[in-house]
Amino acid sequence: MILLEPREQPSRLLAVLSPVVAIALMLFAGAIMLAAMGQPPLQALYVYFFQPVHELWFYLVRPEERAMWIYTPSEVLVKAIPLALIGAGLTICFRANVWNIGAAGQYTLGAIFGGAAALYGPEGSPWLTLPLYLAAGAFGGLLWAAIPALLRTRFNANEILVSLMLTYVATLLLDWLVRGPWKSPTSFGFPVSADFTDSYLLPVLVQGTRLHLGLILAIVIAVALALMMARTLRGFRVRVIGAAPRAGAFAGFSQSGTIWFVLLLSGGLAGLAGAIEVSATIGKLQPEISASYGFTAIIVAFLGRLNPAGALLGALILAISYIGGENAQILLKLPKNVTGIFQGMLLFFLLACDTLIRYRIRWTSASAGAA
Amino acid sequence: MDTPAGQTALFEARDVSKLFGTFAANDKVSLVVQRGEKHALLGENGAGKSTLVKMMYGVMQPTSGQFFWRSQQVTIPKPAAAREMGIGMVFQHFSVFDALNVAENIALALPPQSMRGLSDSIAEVSEAYGLAIDPERAVHTLSVGEKQRVEIIRCLLQSPQLLIMDEPTSVLTPQETQILFSTLNKLAEDGCAILYISHKLEEVKTLCDTATILRHGKLVAHCDPGKSSAREMAELMVGDNIANLARNGATQPGDARLEITDLTLPADGDFGTALDRISLKVHAGEIVGIAGIAGEGQPELMDALTGERLAGTPATIRMDGAPLGRAGPTDRRAAGAAFVPEERNGHAAISDLTLSENVILAHHTAEGVAGGGWIDFGKAADWTRRIREAFDVRAGDENPAAGSLSGGNLQKFVVGREILRKPGVLIVSQPTWGVDAGAAAVIRQALIDLAWDGAAVLVISQDLEEVFAICDRIAVIYHGTLSSAKPAAEMTAETVGLLMAGGTLAEDAA
Repeated sequence: MILLEPREQPSRLLAVLSPVVAIALMLFAGAIMLAAMGQPPLQALYVYFFQPVHELWFYLVRPEERAMWIYTPSEVLVKAIPLALIGAGLTICFRANVWNIGAAGQYTLGAIFGGAAALYGPEGSPWLTLPLYLAAGAFGGLLWAAIPALLRTRFNANEILVSLMLTYVATLLLDWLVRGPWKSPTSFGFPVSADFTDSYLLPVLVQGTRLHLGLILAIVIAVALALMMARTLRGFRVRVIGAAPRAGAFAGFSQSGTIWFVLLLSGGLAGLAGAIEVSATIGKLQPEISASYGFTAIIVAFLGRLNPAGALLGALILAISYIGGENAQILLKLPKNVTGIFQGMLLFFLLACDTLIRYRIRWTSASAGAA
Repeated sequence: MDTPAGQTALFEARDVSKLFGTFAANDKVSLVVQRGEKHALLGENGAGKSTLVKMMYGVMQPTSGQFFWRSQQVTIPKPAAAREMGIGMVFQHFSVFDALNVAENIALALPPQSMRGLSDSIAEVSEAYGLAIDPERAVHTLSVGEKQRVEIIRCLLQSPQLLIMDEPTSVLTPQETQILFSTLNKLAEDGCAILYISHKLEEVKTLCDTATILRHGKLVAHCDPGKSSAREMAELMVGDNIANLARNGATQPGDARLEITDLTLPADGDFGTALDRISLKVHAGEIVGIAGIAGEGQPELMDALTGERLAGTPATIRMDGAPLGRAGPTDRRAAGAAFVPEERNGHAAISDLTLSENVILAHHTAEGVAGGGWIDFGKAADWTRRIREAFDVRAGDENPAAGSLSGGNLQKFVVGREILRKPGVLIVSQPTWGVDAGAAAVIRQALIDLAWDGAAVLVISQDLEEVFAICDRIAVIYHGTLSSAKPAAEMTAETVGLLMAGGTLAEDAA
């Protein structure tokens, strides 16, 4: 039998370094996997993780060649934006010990609600239409997250299952919309909506790239949430309810109120991310809108040590793995799923590190276990 | 060690030490237990009693020192080995499954055998030792004393030669204690040695032939409890002279500051206790004690008083006249109430949070530590400093995690946190549970001083000694009902014990 025993004094240094250890372990295990796939492991790892970093470095140290190297940094940031937005919201949810696993569904609903605004809303100054569009997206995600919140607080239904299953409902809903009522008449039968008009497209920040306004929103929101967690009673309430619900009740904090708050907040941010992503990188609705960001953001939240500002860093690391995955598809002809395997290994090693820093494993014989 | 000639000691511990880091929970402790002896292991909380017996029972391993069983040196790697040798142990916190019946619970601890045969052996043992119990009863319907009998029978069926009892009477009424003692006496007559862990001196004097006293992990004395006075033994346990509580004489109670009227609440979950028409008034300047054995409705009453569970109508609970039965904890605190729940970790405080953060837990709104939604960490640190000064809370850092404090220091902190607010109504459950005598004296004195300053203080406690030491009036909770509060001077341990076991006083019955 395996027993996990709490360590008397878990190392604080290791607790901080846990993501670094997890990344190292992921690279090591990844090298073995790549070798098993017949790739020279070091070279393949270079393509995956170090080439994007390398290109970032060139961008920074060679100002005269920036135009040449701007693609990788800007694309890393573009991928990091939705991850950071969703991840920052999830850190707060997880801190409250509420496990919203369905951010992908809330992201999709955000895209749908934003899409409804873009397809049927008024034309006009982007100063009016974009806030409307973003608010609609956030509202869609919030509404989708309200379902697990209601079922959890009313019937004590497990929010993990409810939010996860609603992801599939959301995907099918989007699919039906773009194949049915919202299908563009000029799409030649493809399941896509009409293109969004310029009033509903997020402005690009740097000419020649896809880097968009979402970057600023993501940074502002993550920093604001970090401030909320550290300095306000509302953030304190979330931490207390997550750490000890009984003590929360003693403090007069409502547990169901907190569950509602964190689910609506994380759902709203996932919806916002969905709306932003669709507007900035696709410009219309279609069945595939990269909703899997909603799952990857779970890794972002843990990599960011469940701190909203840390999620910014976590998002950057995961974004690099996406870009590396694209490179590997082109250069090494490796399947796209390898990226997912790397991300899964990262979460696995991260959770294992966090657990083993606080607990030690003890093997006991079955008879002693019964004692 | 003075072993009587011609007799081999049953069990001996020689120079046993147990280190946790640099902290010595046991420092070269030696102990000899003879066959058929009733041996007391005395000491305050934290003196190292539990550590020593856990090593004897194989739950922990000593850092150094030896154990001898019938003069043979032994190591005891696990509890199963201790049981095989003939050592049984009844823990303070029972490990019984509420959903199973008595026989099933006992069967779990024994080698596989037929249930019928087992029921017969249970009947036999319970007959022989006066441990009346029905093997077919579901454990959740048993009283605490009966659950303890299940544990004892479970041990006895393995025919132990040494039975370790860890604070067995802390959950019993005085009457149940008498029954337990006659069982233990019979066992000893049959040759089974008993190691009886306690800090209750009168019990040890009544029951035991010999006593070993520990203080701060060290052996301080072996003595004969029949010959030493309770005061002598207490001084050996505590070290210096015992602090006397300073009462300022009889106070003249003022207006009712806490009024509970017909408080009725359904049970919370299968094993909870429903509250049935509880009524009580606590006046300014008065300490009222609610005695009772564990699980008679104290947690439910506490939750109803803090506002963690709401009462039926606002008028059910009044504080300074304000109807607060439907108000939450924050509103009740704003009205001048303060609370200290029984459980320090995870209820009154969170061990992962710092002391300052634990101040916010209770003071966020009532004391404006987080007024307007922003936390004022300076204010919280200021409270922490004042609490630590006033109540001598000892800890390593300036603002350590609550979990790094010893039980006594954390309890002083949570009590101090509430008392320094100068509340009009203080409701405290088990104020000195698991706290050493020094800290207990500080806490009890603070409660008395608070009442003297005009607050109404309600103390829910299972410690009868404590209730008699500090309370002006005493009520008893039993099965979710509360007896009427009577002046402490008119009550004795016997009358309270009778009420705790569900009896009624003659005058009430009339």
